[in-house]
Amino acid sequence: MSQIVLSDINKYYDKVHVLKDVNLVVEDGDFMTLLGPSGCGKTTTLRVIAGLENPQEGRITIDNKEVTNAIEAYYVPPSKRGLNLVFQSYALWPHMTVKENVSFGLTIKKLSKKLIEEKVENALKRMRIFEYMDRYPSELSGGQQQRVAIARAIVSEPKILLLDEPLSNLDAKLRVDMRSELKRLHRDLNTTIIYVTHDQVEALTMSTKIAIFFEGNLVQVDTPKNIYNNPASKKVADFIGNPRINFIEGKCTRIIEGLEVDSILGKMKFYNNKLLRKNMESIKEKVIMALRPEHVNIKRDLCDGGIEGKIYSILPAGSETLIQVDINGTRIMGKVIGQEDFDYDQTVWLDIDSKKVNVFEQETENLIVTI
Amino acid sequence: MPKLSTDFSGKTIRTWNKNFYKNTFISFFTNPYKLISMITLMLLTCLIIMPLWEILTTTFKWRQIDLREVKDAVPGEFTLYHWKNLLSSNISQSLFYKPMANTLLISITVSFFAISLGSIMAWLIVRTDLPCKKLFTFLIIVPYMLPSWYKAMAWLAVFKNDRIGGNQGLLNYIFNITTPDWLAYGFVPIVLILSIHYYAFTFLLMSSALSSVGGDLEEMAEIAGANRFTILKKITLPIVLPAILSSIILTFSKVIGTFGVPAFLGLKVNYYTISTMLYSSMRNRQTVQAYILSIFLILIAALTVYINQRAIGKRKSYTTIGGKDTRRNLFELGKMKNPVVIILSTFLVFAGIMPLILMILQTFMLKVGEFSLSNFTTHFWIGQSIPAIGEGEPGILKNPAIWSSIKNTFKLVISSSVIATFVGLILGYIISRGRKKLSGRIIDQLSFTPYLIPSIAFGAIYLSMFSQPRFIMPALYGTLALLILISVVKYLPFAARAGTSNMIQIGTELEEAAAIEGASFMKRFLRIMMPLSKQGFLSGFLLIFISAMKELDLIVLLATPSTTTLTALTYAYSDTGFRQYGDAMTTIIVITIIVVYLLSTKIGKADMSKGIGG
Repeated sequence: MSQIVLSDINKYYDKVHVLKDVNLVVEDGDFMTLLGPSGCGKTTTLRVIAGLENPQEGRITIDNKEVTNAIEAYYVPPSKRGLNLVFQSYALWPHMTVKENVSFGLTIKKLSKKLIEEKVENALKRMRIFEYMDRYPSELSGGQQQRVAIARAIVSEPKILLLDEPLSNLDAKLRVDMRSELKRLHRDLNTTIIYVTHDQVEALTMSTKIAIFFEGNLVQVDTPKNIYNNPASKKVADFIGNPRINFIEGKCTRIIEGLEVDSILGKMKFYNNKLLRKNMESIKEKVIMALRPEHVNIKRDLCDGGIEGKIYSILPAGSETLIQVDINGTRIMGKVIGQEDFDYDQTVWLDIDSKKVNVFEQETENLIVTI
Repeated sequence: MPKLSTDFSGKTIRTWNKNFYKNTFISFFTNPYKLISMITLMLLTCLIIMPLWEILTTTFKWRQIDLREVKDAVPGEFTLYHWKNLLSSNISQSLFYKPMANTLLISITVSFFAISLGSIMAWLIVRTDLPCKKLFTFLIIVPYMLPSWYKAMAWLAVFKNDRIGGNQGLLNYIFNITTPDWLAYGFVPIVLILSIHYYAFTFLLMSSALSSVGGDLEEMAEIAGANRFTILKKITLPIVLPAILSSIILTFSKVIGTFGVPAFLGLKVNYYTISTMLYSSMRNRQTVQAYILSIFLILIAALTVYINQRAIGKRKSYTTIGGKDTRRNLFELGKMKNPVVIILSTFLVFAGIMPLILMILQTFMLKVGEFSLSNFTTHFWIGQSIPAIGEGEPGILKNPAIWSSIKNTFKLVISSSVIATFVGLILGYIISRGRKKLSGRIIDQLSFTPYLIPSIAFGAIYLSMFSQPRFIMPALYGTLALLILISVVKYLPFAARAGTSNMIQIGTELEEAAAIEGASFMKRFLRIMMPLSKQGFLSGFLLIFISAMKELDLIVLLATPSTTTLTALTYAYSDTGFRQYGDAMTTIIVITIIVVYLLSTKIGKADMSKGIGG
């Protein structure tokens, strides 16, 4: 059991408020990803959990044991929190061999030599770097250094493994390989993982849960699927998904079945069971609809309820094709699996299912209609 | 449980909490960073700030001893008597104004020559197709590795005339002419010798600045259509300007406090500078007068550093810029190549090698200045005591007093350079890790302060501070410990700077990774930080070792017969006219410096650590 609870964490660097009232629960066995653009506070959150930084306000418990309590200036040192960290820079000690790097923590704990040998061997074999045992970090490739860093972190069998953008220094191909390996590691070791990244694809593919940070605020915590489908705010919707989500401004009116939005896509109905707010009077008139490119169906011929537009640009990408359609000056991006071809300015019709559309209030940018 | 509340401005107020104070207290004593910062702060205050305060206040107080001269003096009470006495009495002209004028004139002239020499040489080495650059670079730096006053001694060996008594110099011997006083003593030789000593600063700063001007920066200007002169004016010069300014300030502030050279070449003809006047005052028990002179030296040094910071300010950061070092087109010397090589070689031979040879030669001469074979002797090295020579002093290798000073020297130099380098590492750790904290900045400033205090003044201050027990500090005068202490404190600016740049290179993550593994502060320092800074440790050590080995100004006032070192003894011997003994001891110093330099660069190279930084 290793549930981590952060409550009301506030952290300042001098006068800069970097973490603002962060509340987060990481359940045992979670693969929790802290996601956000650079400077949003995700790494700081990780370091606060690790105990490398101390917040000015707030409490953290791990397994119901208090490890941070700012009011009482009580901070358990990092090594007593039952966790380990893989740094973005790997932070391998350049004057120690791979073996010395990995065994360092165990020798500090004064384990028997035999036990250390055994554990180090296990960790190195797990990460498939056993044969590099006697090399120095500078004699390894980036990917191998990464494996050493992970081996060093898991050798002490921590209950919680923290990873700070571990893949950002690898090349694109290696990164994809490491993703599946890390996922497997999570399953095999049965630890709780907290993973920091600014790469939304990494977050979506690896995590069981994602926590999204903007400017020191934790804005949404949910499963990757829910975050993708129902982003809590326009900003989250904009951040998650590649290519970017389409935004269409509209005006909404209350109808008996739910909500009707008038826009360049025509009149669209959203039913009551999808509405997040029951008190409809609180919803302002101006709204923004959001539509994922893969939900934009492009028809060559007129179809029922189809919206007329013109092809603006076509971006083939091998397995898929991105198509931009212009509707009265508003451009909608569509994604089609396979290879499609259109002429510039060819007239097409968009077939859009209102069940695949999110609606945000324009003023607050909060989600009001889920998928 | 206590709560946080918010005041009107939105600031959070922490309500009183018993555990908060308890835990803060505990963490203060368990978190070594804070503890070490505190201890360092206290030590620096005791060793730097308190002495400064002490001498400042002393100059405004009546002393018991003043009753002899002034009847209505009230010991311990405030007075401006000492300042008035030095600055506006019938003796102030010779005690203060003349030495001050001499000091300033020397400093300005030396700065001019040293900067010109250093810049030209840096340009020749970095930017032209001069042959044998490695050899030349080494030869250019050699003079700086040797004590400046040994060149003064060499000068005397050549130019000394019989005006003062004692033996004549080489010129007198060969050509039988009497060198004029202005050439043998005083302003001219002092300026010349200091210039060929201190140009090394400029050379080092300028050559690194010149090589940091990436070839692409200039090529870019060339592509933009600028000619060579425009490039030099608009691109190169502005980039190296901070280096030039730094060189001026560095040289100037060093020269105003220098003691050895003006002492050797000036005292005999009553040519005083502030530093030599300070020394005489101290020797004549005019301590308050010496303090006031010290204060003036410190003020001038502080002022130059202040001007430097104002003048360079943010521009300093230029030096770190520098595009990728592409292959640069070197300036072709062409027809000038041979003349330049000849002039440079001649200069270096006269500035660096000749004095060395001359000095070694002199140690084998029975009568100084008589360059005949029959005059040669090994007496000054290994001779037994003969009453006819040097008042019965035996050769230095047979002289127990000198052996004890050799021992002292090595004890002093090795322990002070090891301690200073180690302390420098700790300071560097605090400064680099606490760059955003107040404590880090204060310690940074404090450890720089000794730089502003000229060595001779520093010696004067410590002499009075430690002549009797004060506050928590014992009376250390007469012990080697005092010499070690003052050397450590005086070299702190260099040590701390070396340590800081060292520690900055070691990423904090390397240390944090060890903290997560459960390594205590000591373990982290010993097993991560120390091994990673081995290289820097060695070069810091080397720098301080060489400085300490040739140091005279700092300890000349503090050395006692039982704690005397080679440099102090050399000065004493030369002062009394036994030049060969002094030369022989200087030879030992010089050889030690060269050997240590070569050894540590060799070992240092052998131990190149593999890419620090994680």
